[in-house]
Amino acid sequence: MNSGPRRGELLLELLSEEIPARMQQRAISDLVNLVQAKLAAAEIPASDVKGYVTPRRLIVVADGIPAAQPDRSEERRGPRVGAPQPAIEGFLRAAGLASLAECEIRDTGRGEFYFAVRSHPGRSAVAVLPEILRAALNELPWAKSMRWPGARLRWVRPLSSILCLYDGEVVPLAVEGVPVGRTTRGHRVLSPGEFCAASAADYFDKLQHAYVVFDHDRRRALIGAELDRRAGELGVVVKADPGLLDEVTGLAEFPVVLAGAIDPDLMSLPAEVLQTAMRTHQRYFSCAYPDGRPAPYFLVIADNLAPDGGAAIVAGNERVLRARLADARFFYDQDRKVRLEDRVEALKERVYHAKLGSVYDKVRRIERLAEALAAYIPDATPALAQRAARLAKADLSTGMVGEFPELQGIMGRYYALNDGENARVAMAIAEHYKPQGPHDACPTAPESIAVALADKIDSLAAFFAIGERPTGSRDPFALRRAAQGLIRLVLENALRIRLGAAFAKAVEFVLVASPDSAELTALQEELLQFLADRLKVHLRDQGVRHDLIAAAFAQLGAVGLLYTANYEDDLVRLLARVQALRSFLDTEDGANLLVAYRRAANIVAIEDRKEGRARSIDVNGDLFVLPEEEALARTLDSVGDCAAALANNERFDEAMAELARLRQPVDAFFDKVTVNTDQPELRENRLRLLARIRATMNRIADFSQIEG
Amino acid sequence: MSFQSLIADLQKFWAAQGCVILQPYDMEMGAGTFHPATALRALGPQPWRAAYVQPSRRPTDGRYGDNPNRLQHFYQMQVILKPAPGDSQQLYLASLAALGIDARAHDIRFVEDDWESPTLGAWGLGWEVWLDGMEISQFTYFQQVGGFDCDPVSTELTYGLERLAMYVQGVDNVFDLDFNGAGGAARITYGDVFHRAEREYSAYNFEFADTALLTRHFADAEDECRALLARRLALPAYDQCLKASHLFNLLDARGALSVTERAAYILRVRELAKGCCEAWLSGERPTS
Repeated sequence: MNSGPRRGELLLELLSEEIPARMQQRAISDLVNLVQAKLAAAEIPASDVKGYVTPRRLIVVADGIPAAQPDRSEERRGPRVGAPQPAIEGFLRAAGLASLAECEIRDTGRGEFYFAVRSHPGRSAVAVLPEILRAALNELPWAKSMRWPGARLRWVRPLSSILCLYDGEVVPLAVEGVPVGRTTRGHRVLSPGEFCAASAADYFDKLQHAYVVFDHDRRRALIGAELDRRAGELGVVVKADPGLLDEVTGLAEFPVVLAGAIDPDLMSLPAEVLQTAMRTHQRYFSCAYPDGRPAPYFLVIADNLAPDGGAAIVAGNERVLRARLADARFFYDQDRKVRLEDRVEALKERVYHAKLGSVYDKVRRIERLAEALAAYIPDATPALAQRAARLAKADLSTGMVGEFPELQGIMGRYYALNDGENARVAMAIAEHYKPQGPHDACPTAPESIAVALADKIDSLAAFFAIGERPTGSRDPFALRRAAQGLIRLVLENALRIRLGAAFAKAVEFVLVASPDSAELTALQEELLQFLADRLKVHLRDQGVRHDLIAAAFAQLGAVGLLYTANYEDDLVRLLARVQALRSFLDTEDGANLLVAYRRAANIVAIEDRKEGRARSIDVNGDLFVLPEEEALARTLDSVGDCAAALANNERFDEAMAELARLRQPVDAFFDKVTVNTDQPELRENRLRLLARIRATMNRIADFSQIEG
Repeated sequence: MSFQSLIADLQKFWAAQGCVILQPYDMEMGAGTFHPATALRALGPQPWRAAYVQPSRRPTDGRYGDNPNRLQHFYQMQVILKPAPGDSQQLYLASLAALGIDARAHDIRFVEDDWESPTLGAWGLGWEVWLDGMEISQFTYFQQVGGFDCDPVSTELTYGLERLAMYVQGVDNVFDLDFNGAGGAARITYGDVFHRAEREYSAYNFEFADTALLTRHFADAEDECRALLARRLALPAYDQCLKASHLFNLLDARGALSVTERAAYILRVRELAKGCCEAWLSGERPTS
C-alpha cells in the first residue's frame, strides 16, 4: 500500500484526555472551519478539509495546500523626475530604498515619474502553517476550558500530544508543554503503545489497527447495528434513542455492545422508572418484547474488548443496575406511604418565582383555571380537572422525583392511582407538562387538556404580568415552549376557546391588586401578539404563510362608524380564516382585488402622512359626480356588512365571495374617476371613498399584512 | 480483599508516589475536599502531594440503615497531586491495578463531570470514573478555590471507598462488606461497625437535631471565624468555617431552611471560606 503523503497534505491530530461527549461534534466542526478559513486567508487554501472526532482526539486532514503563498509585487509612485531633493529623499525613505538607481522611471502620460517596485516572494506553507494552526488552536471556542501545569493554551482537558505533518514532514507547531511530532497512541487499553505516522493514509491505517474507530458516524452506525444484532439474539427490540446513541458514540473509541439481564423481581417497577434509571444514570439502552412489554435486558456500550468476552463487564453493570433499581424500589415504597393529597401543603416551601410566590400558589391558580377551562373542552368534568390540577405538582416532593426529576408528573400518576384517585385525574397529572416540544405527543384526554392548558396559560400570564418576557435568545422560563404547547393543545384538539379572556382571567389570579382595565388590556394584547408570533413559527413548518396569519389575526371590529383593532384569539377560527383567505387570493378576483386594495391604501397612506392625520371614512353622497363613485359607495356599504356578518358566523369562504363583489366597482372607479381633481371637496370625498375600501376589507382580514 | 486492606493498599500505592499519608481531619465535613490538606494546600505555589482517608458526613443522605447504598457517613480516599502531573490518568489507573483491577479486563471510563463546591467557592474540570458502569471516583483538575485561581493546577482524586469495596468484593449491600478480612467469629462487617450509627444519626439528622441550637452555633462559628481571620490565623479560622458548613448541612437535612434562606447560608459559608483562603495565601512563601 502506498503510504506516502499526497501533495500538499496536512494532518493534525490533537490527542487529549477525555473530551465531554456533548462537546465533540461542535469542536471538530469549529476546528475544521477555523483551519479552512485560516488557510484561505493566508492564500494557501486547501482543496478539501475533513475532520474526525473521538473521545480523545480531534483530527483534521486537509488536501491540496499549495507549497507557498503566491508572490506579490507592490508598486509605489514617487515624485516627478527632477523634483526637489527633499521630496525624493522622503520617497526613498518611505519606500525603503537606498538610491534612485533602484527605482524605475515611467512615463505616465502626464510626465515621467519615479516608481519603486518591490516584489514580495510568497512565504512557504511550512513557514506559515505553524502560525495559523497555533492561531486556530487559540481561537477554538470551548464551552468550558481549563488551565493545566506547563501549558499556556486553555483547552477542554489537558492535551497529551499533537501530531502534525505537512507533506509528511513534522510541522514545528509551538504549544507550550505539549509534545509535537509524528507520534501518537492508540486505544488507551487495547493499544496503549506509541506509533509513528508517515502520512495521513499511514496514520489512519495504523489508528484503525490500534483499535480506534476514528469516524463518529462510523462508530454510531456500528453501535446501531450491534445493538440490533444483540437484541435480535435475545428475541427483543431495542428502544430507539437517537440522543443516547449520539452520547455513547462520544464515550468510546472502540465501542463493544454487551447485553445484561435485569432481576425479574425489579421489573415490577414502573416502566418509566426502569428506563430512566438505565438511560440517565447508566446510559443503557432498554429493550422490549415485540408485543411492547418491557424485557428484562439492557444493552451497554463498553470501550474495551475484554479477553473474557465481556463477562466481568456485564456482571459489574448488572450489579450496578441492581443497586440503582433497588434504590428506586426503596423510593417507590416510601413515597407510596404518603398520599399525594397530603403532599400539597409541602409545596408552600417550594419557591416558584420570587415575585410569583410558591409552587403552592401556582397550584391554587391552575386549579381555578383548569376548572374554568373545562367548560370549553368537550367531555371534560370541571371537578376532575380541578382535582388533577390540585395534585399535579404534588409529586415534586417525592423521593423518586427528587432522584429522577424527569419523572415529574409520571410518578404523580402512579401515586395518584395508588391513592385511589380517579384514573382520568391520574392521567391528567401525568400529562399536564405536555407537549414538551414539537415532537412530544399532545394530550387528548379532556381533563389532561384542561390542566395542561391551565399550567401553560398561567405561566405565560404570570411571567408577562411581572414583566418577564422572552427577549432574543433569552427565555429562562421557557415561555416560548409554553406558548407552542398551548397552540398545539388548542389546534390539535380543535378547542373553541377565547384565549384573550382566558389570559385576562389568569392575569387576575396572579395579581393581588386588581389591575386597572387599561393595564389588563395592554397585557392581554401583548400576550395575544406573542401567541400570534409563535403561531407563525408553528405553522411555518406546515407551509402556512406567516403573512396570512398576521392578516387573519388582526381585523377591524366595527363599532358604529368607528373601527377598532380586534385580535382573533380563537385559534381554530383564525386558522379557518387563513384557509379561506388563501383560497380567495388564489382566485383571479382575489388577486385582482388585492392589487386594487393596495393601490387605494397607498394613496390614502401618502395623503394621511402628508396631513399627519388618519382620514375619516365618512363619505358625503351629495358630492358624487360620476356614477362609478355612487356605485362603489353603495357596494361598499352592502358588502361590508354582509361580509362581516358572514365572517361572524364563521362562513369565511362566503365572506370572501362577498368581498369579490367589490372587484368590478373598484376597478371601474379607478378607471373612470380621477382622485386628484383641483376641487378640494371632491378630492377629499374621493380619498375617503378609498379609505373606505381599505376599512371595509380590513373587517375580514388585515390585507395590508399580505406580502408578495 | 477486605475494606481495610483496600485502604491500606491505596495508601501504600500513593505513598510510593511521594504522597504524605495523612490521617483523617478531626472535624465533621461533607467531603475529603474540605480537609485543609486539599482545600487550602491547593492554593499557592508550593508543590504538595498528599493522600488520606476522610470520613464524610452528608446528613441528607441518611436512610436509617435501610438502604443498601446510602449512608450519611462514609469514607473517601482523597489524593492531591500539586502540580498536576502529566500522567495523572495513568497514575490513577495504576492505583486501580494495585487493587487488582486490571483495565484490560474491565470497562473504565472517564465521563464528564465538572466539580463545583458552592460553599467552598471552588470548581474544577474533570470526570467521574466509571468501572463497569459504577461510579467509583471523582477526578478533578482544580481551577479555583475560595474564588482564587489555583496556580499551579492540582489533580484531585476522590475514591468512594465503600463503592469500590462493594465492587471488589462483589457485594450488593454496603452493610455486608467484609471489613477486616477475618473468618468465623472474628469476621466483622461494615454493618457491624456502622449500622447502628446510621440508624441513630439518621434520627438525629432528620428528627431531633435542635434547629434553634444549630442556628446559634452557626452564628457563633461565623463570628469566631471572622475574629480569627482578623488575626490572620488561617487554619483555626478554617476550622470554624468547616463547623459552619456542617451546621448548615444539618439545618438543611432538618428541612429547616427555605430556598432563599438556603442560598443565603451557602453564601455566608462561602464568604468565610474565601476569607480563609485569602489568609492562607497571604501566609504562603513564594517558591524559591
